[in-house]
Amino acid sequence: MVLLAGLAMTSPAVAQEAAPKHKPLAEDGLHDPDLPGVHMLQEPGDVLGHLPATTSGNLVDWNKAVRDGYIEPRATLLDRGEVKTLDLDIYLPNTGDAKVVRFPHLEHSEWLDCNNCHPVPFAEEVGATPMSMLEILMGEYCGICHGAVAFPLTECSRCHSVDYDDYLKIRDQQRR
Amino acid sequence: MTTTSRSVISSGAERAGRRWSRRLAVLLLPLAVALPPGTADAEYADVVLNRLSEAADMAPVIFPHWFHRVRFRCKVCHSDSELGFKMRVGANPMDMQRLQEGEYCGACHNGQIAWGLENCELCHSGKMGLPTHIKGGHETSGPGRW
Ligand code: HEC
Ligand code: HEC
Ligand code: HEC
Ligand code: HEC
Ligand code: HEC
Ligand code: HEC
Repeated sequence: MVLLAGLAMTSPAVAQEAAPKHKPLAEDGLHDPDLPGVHMLQEPGDVLGHLPATTSGNLVDWNKAVRDGYIEPRATLLDRGEVKTLDLDIYLPNTGDAKVVRFPHLEHSEWLDCNNCHPVPFAEEVGATPMSMLEILMGEYCGICHGAVAFPLTECSRCHSVDYDDYLKIRDQQRR
Repeated sequence: MTTTSRSVISSGAERAGRRWSRRLAVLLLPLAVALPPGTADAEYADVVLNRLSEAADMAPVIFPHWFHRVRFRCKVCHSDSELGFKMRVGANPMDMQRLQEGEYCGACHNGQIAWGLENCELCHSGKMGLPTHIKGGHETSGPGRW
């Protein structure tokens, strides 16, 4: 665990020193600089460089970018009914000696539809979906998005964010 | 009551946690060394689509998530009640005919919401030989791998 924590904490710092922030498209290894289109596309750095920063993924704190009004992504194209959101935090406590996971419905349901997560891969009942970190790392459950599009799994503490004792207090409050 | 359940949770889970820590360390070591966040070449979450393109002598398509999520929430594309893109790279049977009929990218790239399909080179901009995949810290259950 100590080793892991060390890894997770040092790698972003290393990345900051060594790497250019956003590769130009012509050098990114995917776009072909000999094709005309590449020079007509927008450079990631010109946009992402102006949004609230993090040290992983797109190097952007996407929730903050929305909250602070930097971007206003549309929530519907077809206008089929109202857009549903839900303000409910879920605590997932089977985390061994890592901190308890807090899953915020609010931010997720602003980006995503309930049907992106319910009934697959998550049951609509707290504690009813058995999941492990290994499965998540293999791209299941939270790992469907985290590690592909949402912030990557190296950011342990953004999910494992609640001390066990605080979790117990919250749970007891909820029971009352 | 609370104390009992606490000790049950913590003793069982802690043991599991320590066992996993070691396995996780093994899994994460190559990740942290080979792909420190932010040093991957292409922008995180860029998708290469090359199921059909190269075989038809067109350059592979590059779909930038970062560019689109500045403008649209995920649910616009991925909700079943909107455009219905499956969240798995390679799982959506896209071709030019479907796009022309207004499906997938064609729901927006129609000259109304975004520029139209005549701008071949803006989508077909990838290097020949690239497999269909997503750029990430790791790849999910799609065709990608760690
Ligand atoms: C990004 C994924 C995700 C999205 C999107 C999402 N949920 Fe959930 N939801 C979860 C997870 C994870 C749980 C906990 C499941 C478990 O512990 O087995 C959960 C649990 C629930 C529960 C059970 C709460 C309880 O107290 O037992 C309800 C109800 C629920 N979600 C409703 C919704 C609704 C309504 C929406 C859309 C507005 C939604 N969810 C969107 C992931 C999601
Ligand atoms: C996207 C959110 C997320 C991130 C990032 C994340 N975890 Fe987890 N982790 C979870 C969830 C969810 C569980 C399962 C909790 C439950 O079922 O109650 C879990 C479980 C665990 C467990 C318990 C044992 C096991 O195998 O399930 C450990 C240990 C753990 N994580 C360590 C880590 C470490 C170390 C990192 C960073 C390298 C990390 N996690 C990053 C969400 C995350
Ligand atoms: C369907 C996609 C999806 C799934 C599944 C998913 N997330 Fe997320 N999550 C997102 C997106 C999108 C964001 C916005 C931030 C970003 O893109 O980096 C986010 C943000 C978060 C945040 C950050 C809140 C903040 O701003 O600090 C936490 C914590 C989090 N997710 C935990 C989880 C956990 C735990 C699970 C599994 C139980 C999970 N997520 C499953 C898509 C997903
Ligand atoms: C403009 C449309 C669009 C938007 C908006 C969008 N996506 Fe995607 N997404 C796609 C396309 C296209 C693919 C690739 C599908 C394919 O290859 O068949 C994809 C693939 C994915 C995958 C699969 C990755 C894998 O490993 O296989 C995930 C996960 C995903 N998107 C999550 C998200 C999340 C989270 C958001 C919001 C932050 C989002 N997407 C916003 C169009 C979109
Ligand atoms: C929800 C609507 C929507 C969908 C679906 C969509 N796009 Fe777009 N796309 C846009 C908009 C809007 C723009 C910006 C147009 C402009 O600048 O006039 C854009 C721009 C782009 C760009 C140019 C980015 C740049 O750097 O200027 C590319 C490449 C692109 N889309 C590819 C795709 C591909 C490939 C698909 C299907 C896999 C797709 N898009 C699906 C709305 C969409
Ligand atoms: C909005 C983005 C977009 C634009 C613009 C676009 N394409 Fe495509 N095209 C795609 C996608 C996505 C696929 C499927 C990619 C794959 O998996 O190989 C595709 C596939 C193809 C294929 C192979 C399959 C088939 O349908 O025959 C050809 C050939 C092709 N495109 C030619 C063109 C030509 C010629 C133009 C300009 C007139 C063009 N495309 C414009 C996105 C686009």
